Amino acid sequence: MNRDMIKSERSAKTGKVLRNVLSYFILTFWAIIVLFPFYWMVLTSVKNYASYNSEYIPKFFTLAPTLENYASAFTAVPLARYFINTVIFTVLTTALMLVVIIPAAFAFSRLSFKGRDAVFTLFLSMMMIPYELVVITNYTTVTDLGLRNTFTGLILPSVTSVFYIYLLKENFSQIPDELYYAAKVDGTRDLKYLFKVMIPICRPTIVTVTILKVIECWNSYVWPRLVTDDPNYFLVSNGIQEIRENGFGRENIPAMMAAVVVISAPLIVLFLVFRRKIMEGVARGGTKG
Amino acid sequence: MEGKSAKGWLYLLPAILFLGVFLVYPLIDVFIYSFEEGYNSASQTFFGTGIYNYSYILHDPYFLQAVKNTFILVIATVPLSTLIALGISYCLSSIKPLRELYQTVFFLPYVTNTLAVGLVFMILFQKNAYTDGLVNLVLGLFGISPIDFIDGPYWAKMFVLCFYTIWVVLPFKILILTSALASVNEEYYNAAKIDGTRPFRIFRKITLPMISPMLFYLIITGFIGAFKAYSDAVALFGTNLNAAEMNTIVGYVYDMLYGDSGGYPSYASAAAIVLFAIVLTITCINLLISKKHVHYVG
Repeated sequence: MNRDMIKSERSAKTGKVLRNVLSYFILTFWAIIVLFPFYWMVLTSVKNYASYNSEYIPKFFTLAPTLENYASAFTAVPLARYFINTVIFTVLTTALMLVVIIPAAFAFSRLSFKGRDAVFTLFLSMMMIPYELVVITNYTTVTDLGLRNTFTGLILPSVTSVFYIYLLKENFSQIPDELYYAAKVDGTRDLKYLFKVMIPICRPTIVTVTILKVIECWNSYVWPRLVTDDPNYFLVSNGIQEIRENGFGRENIPAMMAAVVVISAPLIVLFLVFRRKIMEGVARGGTKG
Repeated sequence: MEGKSAKGWLYLLPAILFLGVFLVYPLIDVFIYSFEEGYNSASQTFFGTGIYNYSYILHDPYFLQAVKNTFILVIATVPLSTLIALGISYCLSSIKPLRELYQTVFFLPYVTNTLAVGLVFMILFQKNAYTDGLVNLVLGLFGISPIDFIDGPYWAKMFVLCFYTIWVVLPFKILILTSALASVNEEYYNAAKIDGTRPFRIFRKITLPMISPMLFYLIITGFIGAFKAYSDAVALFGTNLNAAEMNTIVGYVYDMLYGDSGGYPSYASAAAIVLFAIVLTITCINLLISKKHVHYVG
């Protein structure tokens, strides 16, 4: 009896070890598939153009790394222009978004007025409107206003996000009412209360929303492609497409990869710094992205 | 009271303005567009109203090609990516050391620029005058002769597109499923262990029902996301997707709007509404199925 128990315990243990080994094997396998493209892009970007093209069988390392591809990425094509445009677009869009959504979230969570709940329900239902349906009219609107190839045209339709208003409103609502009434007694005005109390308390959520919006802006492709055809206003996504089709010539892949590294690096750094916040924020209700 | 109400609306004003102009008005307008026949974007005139736009796109071989591609992509990637994500999350939840490192690595594709990294996939799969490409080299080890995945046969291009799509969507699914698995109450497992239940049975009888709401959420959003596939295809095959036979429905909408084939907002609207109808139908079917199978903890 006793021996049987020991035996079954032992087989359970070997089973567990076996499962663990299998788990690590599967995880490592997928990690390689995820990381390999990144490795390949960095590796290719430091290979010499001539030596890259002479490698019929690609080498997995290089003994003579060079930065010349990075130099030509910034000189032969207007990568710096695309990069600066994207920074301007990202900063302005995100800043404007905060200006729009913070007061809205404040109104929904703290001010009581007639019709508030009805408007909030209406807002929530807007989350279901698919982007593909509204982009057509937005395109004609922006074209009719003569805003193609301007930052205004790029930014305005990307400013609001109902989901972020919702996220922020939920967070604002968690601040106890007593705090608000105490401030009222002291004669604090609403706007001052918002800035001095609510925003500092809810900073973590505001930071999360900001980061998610920055990622979204940096990677946006469809809208910028529709409203810009002047390369002076291209963002990085369109820029890389332009580089691919008309840039260095199709064969200069090392230079192309250097551009890809430059474009990808800022977000990867941002991710490594704010890893927890980003993953938490996305898990709380981000979508595919 | 009057002043208070006004103040509330004042705070909401910017949001209402933006949403009204760029979300509500366009939503109404797109339906109107789709029924206006022969719309000319330069003179803003049209001949009449009717369903001609719909009949045009439904007879357009490019649209039918796009529909076919989109359906293949959806049917191949949604179940497969959900299964892989489930497997990986299960492995993640059964280990302790290095778990966070793996989680970080797996999430990386989420924050990368789809267009940029797509180029890396292109050179990995491409076969050109200089090289057969790395993937073909690996396939060669198994005695498979080189295939051009980027400019070659249809199924090869479709394979790369599916592969890249799965690579792009997995981070989100793994993240959601890992946190779902972590939230299953430990006591259920302990009770099962005392009863001597085998791991696979525990997974089927306890884990799966407990995470089924999240799983179905992922399947539903997965379907919606996959039907809207577009930029992954551009990243791999370039902007002229019709020539590559790799266009998607969303790609067709944008091509109708802009570019060499553009200038037809009416056709674009009709195509977008057809897409929306498909997505709505599939989502309703999903919700009906999920009602039967999903276990909600009350």
